[in-house]
Amino acid sequence: MGMSSSEIERLSYDVVVIGAGGSGLRAAIEARARGKKTAIISKSLFGKAHTVMAEGGAAAAMGNVNPNDNWQVHFRDTIRGGKFLNNPRMAELHAKEAPDRVWETGGIGRTFKITSNSWEYSGDGHALALLAGADLLNMEFVQFHPTGMVWPPSVAGLLVTESVRGDGGVLRNSEGKRFMFDYVPDVFRAQYAETEEEADRWYTDPDHNRRPPELLPRDEVARSINSEIKAGRGSPHGGVFLDVSTRLPAEEILRKLPSMHHQFMELAGVDITKEPMEVGPTCHYVMGGVEVDPDTAATSVPGLFAAGEVSGGMHGSNRLGGNSLSDLLVFGKRAGDGAADYIESLSGARPGVSGADLDAAMAEALAPLSRSEGENPYTVHHELQQTMNDLVGIIRREHEVKQALTELEKFRERASRVSVPGGRAYNPGWHVALDLRNMLLVAECVALAALERQESRGGHTREDYPVMSPEWRKVNLILTMTGDTVSLSRKPLPVMRPDLLGLFDKAELKKYMTEEELAGLGSAAASEEGH
Amino acid sequence: MGYKAALKVWRGDAGSGSLVDYEVEVNEGEVVLDVLHRLQATQASDLAIRWNCKAGKCGSCSMEINGRPRLGCMTRMSTFGEDEVLTITPMRTFPVIRDLVTDVAFNYAKARQIPSFTPDPSIKPGEFRMQQEDVNRSQEFRKCIECYLCQNTCHAIRDHEENETAFAGPRFLMRVAELEMHPCDEADRREIAQEDFGLGLCNITKCCTEVCPEHIKITDNALIPLKERVVGRRYDPLVWLGSKISRRPSKEDTPAVPGKR
Repeated sequence: MGMSSSEIERLSYDVVVIGAGGSGLRAAIEARARGKKTAIISKSLFGKAHTVMAEGGAAAAMGNVNPNDNWQVHFRDTIRGGKFLNNPRMAELHAKEAPDRVWETGGIGRTFKITSNSWEYSGDGHALALLAGADLLNMEFVQFHPTGMVWPPSVAGLLVTESVRGDGGVLRNSEGKRFMFDYVPDVFRAQYAETEEEADRWYTDPDHNRRPPELLPRDEVARSINSEIKAGRGSPHGGVFLDVSTRLPAEEILRKLPSMHHQFMELAGVDITKEPMEVGPTCHYVMGGVEVDPDTAATSVPGLFAAGEVSGGMHGSNRLGGNSLSDLLVFGKRAGDGAADYIESLSGARPGVSGADLDAAMAEALAPLSRSEGENPYTVHHELQQTMNDLVGIIRREHEVKQALTELEKFRERASRVSVPGGRAYNPGWHVALDLRNMLLVAECVALAALERQESRGGHTREDYPVMSPEWRKVNLILTMTGDTVSLSRKPLPVMRPDLLGLFDKAELKKYMTEEELAGLGSAAASEEGH
Repeated sequence: MGYKAALKVWRGDAGSGSLVDYEVEVNEGEVVLDVLHRLQATQASDLAIRWNCKAGKCGSCSMEINGRPRLGCMTRMSTFGEDEVLTITPMRTFPVIRDLVTDVAFNYAKARQIPSFTPDPSIKPGEFRMQQEDVNRSQEFRKCIECYLCQNTCHAIRDHEENETAFAGPRFLMRVAELEMHPCDEADRREIAQEDFGLGLCNITKCCTEVCPEHIKITDNALIPLKERVVGRRYDPLVWLGSKISRRPSKEDTPAVPGKR
């Protein structure tokens, strides 16, 4: 049995980093380099966080593969991917600083049933920041990665890396058709190939050919796969086919995608050099998160900084592949710096935590252990995942999201009565009980924002409002804790500076902006000729 | 399709423990970790298991299944007969924290002792050039997910606690080998491999290679070549003579690990 509650150690640090993922470690390095006594708190073994799962690599415009790559190209791609709802300053800092840096608490995926996220991703950072008084922004934008494994059931949701498509893998339906050509949206038509021949030439000659539609942003690909499956053109286990076996020689597959070969061979008994994979959308990443100052990663709560998946704004409504690793390097460093600056600005007069607050937190945490009769937290968790998957999933409808909010009310009631046997030492049932509060808060934020935003953009698709609205583009949805309840408000999206706007054709901006905005641009801001 | 599997799971903590019998439902395509999760959710919510990615990439769910060190997430139930009793125990080499979770601090301590990559300071990042062959060599070692199954199975520490100070285990000798073979690493790591990390205690029984879930040929590609390099330096008379008369300064020895000699 573990320590009794009276045996509590008190430690003192300048900077406490919560989460040992990439951004947390980057922040910790920075804070330590600034001479601050730094602690890292992690839910699992050091070095095992989700950052190690990243296979696609970090995105940065290095100009080493294609000399035409530069920060402006990366910036434009990021903004296009995010459907112009990104915080422009964050996207700018990210694109400019990523090349220098390529030499935190993560996500919320555990709120959904089919997810590529591990048990740790219960939205702790989002919920704790909200409870501490920080604002969350645009929580409706949840990225469903287009390619998760669909079979066997035990690995459903497990990620199949984007590199499979980047290296030449194509998506086909049950009729053998490369269906992505049918799903290129108007806003992207100019940038994507229209024939298989042109698409295939792109892999070797990207300067004279347009990209294959399999490489559209993740939200587009995920929705397209979803449509094919719904139309009855799916694979035997309810996905679609992702094939490299007919595209690359076996030895090249083994060299470029060793880990995917291993994964399918060991877990599904599928040899990807000989047969196609079956894949389908899986909850992967939340674009929404804690509202931060782009330059310092500071939240509205003094002394609280956020970086990585827990922060919001950078990726707009949809994150591009590869931008997560560069995001956490750029903003992890800035958060570490920000925290060190903050500590120095206090010059010794540090705020403390009140004994009463500590006692209350302790009592709340220990309650499930002391209840003798109550529901099993695993049951509540499984049902919550199913509800979010069914009612606030990849395609959303008003009545379903409303129903989800009603269901969440009931879940909260049940979560307040769960009980677990055992003690405080390494007790997974207790951990689930503790995580429920955070998962429920985050689920409520996602549902509230999903109900409010009456348009479809990036990681938020409303069947009842299927198009992108220029009016809604200007709106950030803010979630705040008022007493015990979450409240939602609207706030204008920060305006993009004219020099950054000038990186886009006026013709492209017309697809996203209101008449008013376009009229205000003038002739100097956005150039008429192509890039 | 589904069936009930008979499981004996070790339950206990640092003080004491024993095998407990369970019967758990198994569905098609499942791995041992799925079945343990079902056991947690339905019968034993406080069963301690360390896990994370469930894809064989993070190396957290190391355990012993019917005596063999394995990752729970990569061991399919179809490996076993439906009537076979599965005995699931924590890694034996490391101290138990609770149930299937062990204290693997030993590995973190050894990792910290390895002197880090030591490139020529005059070469700037981006200026390093490596042959593809050299890249492939270290690439194989870099597949390691640090599950510590090789550390757990190696009899030099599994059966001899007294060797824990002298011996770093296959995972970290492989790291020393990787750096020693790295064409841009300027340090000579042969002395520390033998003196500080206990290469001599390895008698190449290949147990580590057998349990590696990444199928890294630890013994053949890391440990034996490292042994050859150590022997070459120590006992080859020509190398010895060369080192005495050569006008080219030899590579510097890596300084001894503090507190080890």
